[in-house]
Amino acid sequence: MPTQYYLFLALAMFCIGVMGTLMRRNAIIIFMCIELMLNAVNLLLVAFSKMYGHADAQIMVFFIMVVAAAEVSVGLAVIVLMYRKVHSVDINILNRLKH
Amino acid sequence: MQGMIQNAWLVPLFPLIGFLINGLGWKVLPRKVGGAIGSLSVLASFVVSLLLFFEVRAGGSGTVNLFPFIVSNTLNIPFAFQIDALSSLFLLIITGVGFLIHVYSVGYMAEEEGMVKYFAFLNLFVFSMMLLVMGANYLILFIGWEGVGLCSYLLIGFWYKNHDYTSAGRKSFVMNRIGDLAFIVGMLLVLYCYGTLTYADFFPQIGASGDLVSTNAKEWIAICFFIGATGKSAQIPLFTWLPDAMAGPTPVSALIHAATMVTAGIYMIARSHVLYDAAPMAREIVAWVGLATALLTATIALKQYDIKKVLAYSTVSQLGFMFIALGCGAYTTAVFHVMTHAFFKALLFLGAGSVIHAMGGEQDMRSMGGLGRKMRITQITFLIACLAIAGIPGFSGFFSKDEIVSAAYAHGGLLYAGALLGSVLTAFYMFRLYTLTFTGSFRGTHEQEHHLHESPANMTLPLIVLAILSVVGGYVGMPAVMAPHHLLSDFLGLNGAVVNEAGFLEHFEALHHQEWMLIGISSAVAIIASIAGWAAHRKPRFVPNKGLALAFEKKWWVDELYDAVVVRPILALSSAFDRGAERKGIDGAVNGVGKLVRWGAERMRLLQSGQVGYYLFVMVLGIAVLLAIGFFANPL
Repeated sequence: MPTQYYLFLALAMFCIGVMGTLMRRNAIIIFMCIELMLNAVNLLLVAFSKMYGHADAQIMVFFIMVVAAAEVSVGLAVIVLMYRKVHSVDINILNRLKH
Repeated sequence: MQGMIQNAWLVPLFPLIGFLINGLGWKVLPRKVGGAIGSLSVLASFVVSLLLFFEVRAGGSGTVNLFPFIVSNTLNIPFAFQIDALSSLFLLIITGVGFLIHVYSVGYMAEEEGMVKYFAFLNLFVFSMMLLVMGANYLILFIGWEGVGLCSYLLIGFWYKNHDYTSAGRKSFVMNRIGDLAFIVGMLLVLYCYGTLTYADFFPQIGASGDLVSTNAKEWIAICFFIGATGKSAQIPLFTWLPDAMAGPTPVSALIHAATMVTAGIYMIARSHVLYDAAPMAREIVAWVGLATALLTATIALKQYDIKKVLAYSTVSQLGFMFIALGCGAYTTAVFHVMTHAFFKALLFLGAGSVIHAMGGEQDMRSMGGLGRKMRITQITFLIACLAIAGIPGFSGFFSKDEIVSAAYAHGGLLYAGALLGSVLTAFYMFRLYTLTFTGSFRGTHEQEHHLHESPANMTLPLIVLAILSVVGGYVGMPAVMAPHHLLSDFLGLNGAVVNEAGFLEHFEALHHQEWMLIGISSAVAIIASIAGWAAHRKPRFVPNKGLALAFEKKWWVDELYDAVVVRPILALSSAFDRGAERKGIDGAVNGVGKLVRWGAERMRLLQSGQVGYYLFVMVLGIAVLLAIGFFANPL
């Protein structure tokens, strides 16, 4: 399969991620969108790795996965705490730092 | 006995130790101990100075190298003392008269708060003066020069709770600084032209065959040094600090006026006589400034009512006489007058102190009179001092002043007439002072009259010693027609170079047949003026002065003139700078930065909406912008 298909797919995933992050108010969905962006990048790396016949980028992918896993655990913990505090996961409620 | 000269560092060591003990322990030491330490340290120096003096008389002289002070490339200034005729004579005057003043101070300051501190300052004063006269180069001289300036400030403002006194101290310090600046410039010029500050290296270069420095440069060096001397020795235009220096305790006035400080300028010029010989124009300036000062301040002294003020102006006037002598190239004569003046002026001040002590602090002569009946010793010694300073034949002042007048005569008619007028005025105001204070009837309050008493023995004893010196002190320098040898001149040997070079020798020789005439004239005017001074004030009436007399009383408005020309413009300028540059400029800049940051922050904080979605949007936008920049800056 030609590499550009992967590129288009990754681009689409990334754009969906960006738009979701910007437009949704639900913290969990925003979170999932961020994951989507990370995975778009992963896909891109793997695709290029395949194209050039190099394994370097795939190692990078593993790193990204590990970091993403760590980030998810922290991020979900934050969201849980936030839910306990304000009984909502709507990010627009969280504007108390303004004052 | 060559060893003594090498131990000359002992001389300044004793007062330094005294200063350290008294200065560090002034809060805990008892008064008597402080006074004893102060006096004994100076006495010890006096003994060493005497030994030095006799060794120098026997023909010894030398330089004591203590340690290298400034060494840098070709510049080498050692911390060294030079012991020769001039410095040993000055050491004797400083320590001798200084010791008597210390002894007197023990009595005078007995009741004062901070008496031990006072003795610490006094010792430091003597120490600085010793550095000044013993230094083997201009830098050491300058250290002492600054030291006496500092000590005069400390002592004039000794009664620091009185605002006028402290400002008098400041005035003396500032005026001295003006002169010091010129002195520094002079030193740098010497260093630039001759590459050394050491006397022994510097003087032989002047006029030597390899001397490439132009006469102009020498004139400027000499003029700079002289401006320095006008500050220290209170000549026009920097003389107004000395009368104000009366704010200090009376023994301090005696010390400043007689033994130390004001003689520094005379010493410096006498020390640099080789330079002044090579700078005739500068010497002419010295002579005329001296004459102007002598006359101006003598007229002021005519109409002062404060007993110490009269003496202060008389000091300035006598210093003017010394500068006349220096300007005429008669360096020995100037030093001679320094010596006799040290005796009788210290005596006058200490006598005045005794009077003030008896009057309970009163200094106005209008409320004195008839004190002689109650204070016989003070009266007699004071009379001797008056006779000496007036130049009555037989007393010390006669010999030295006669020499000055003769030197002025040799120099020119106008200078002679001026000097003669100056000595007439001197005799007149001194006998006015004496008559108003000691004769007639008492004009003060009953309480004061009841309080009148002779001072204790430790105050009268120095008076008696100084009175004896005021009489006999002049016989070391008898005129050539009276004695075959001028002992002081033989000892100092300062005039030799001048005389031969400038052709003064023939001049002086030619004078000899006129000398009796000169002596006669100056004796006659001194006696007549003294009698006139006595007669005019026998039955004093104090009416407000008018015309010229008012100008005398108001000191020719010199202080007011300086106030208007210098002080006020500077104050106005500095307050203008304060308002303009300081508050608007510097403060404005500093506060402006603060205000700018505040103003900016007020506007920037509006960006912080607190909306997470908004932050995310901005973040994404930012990343997009960065990507775009990265892409366009480094195209693939």
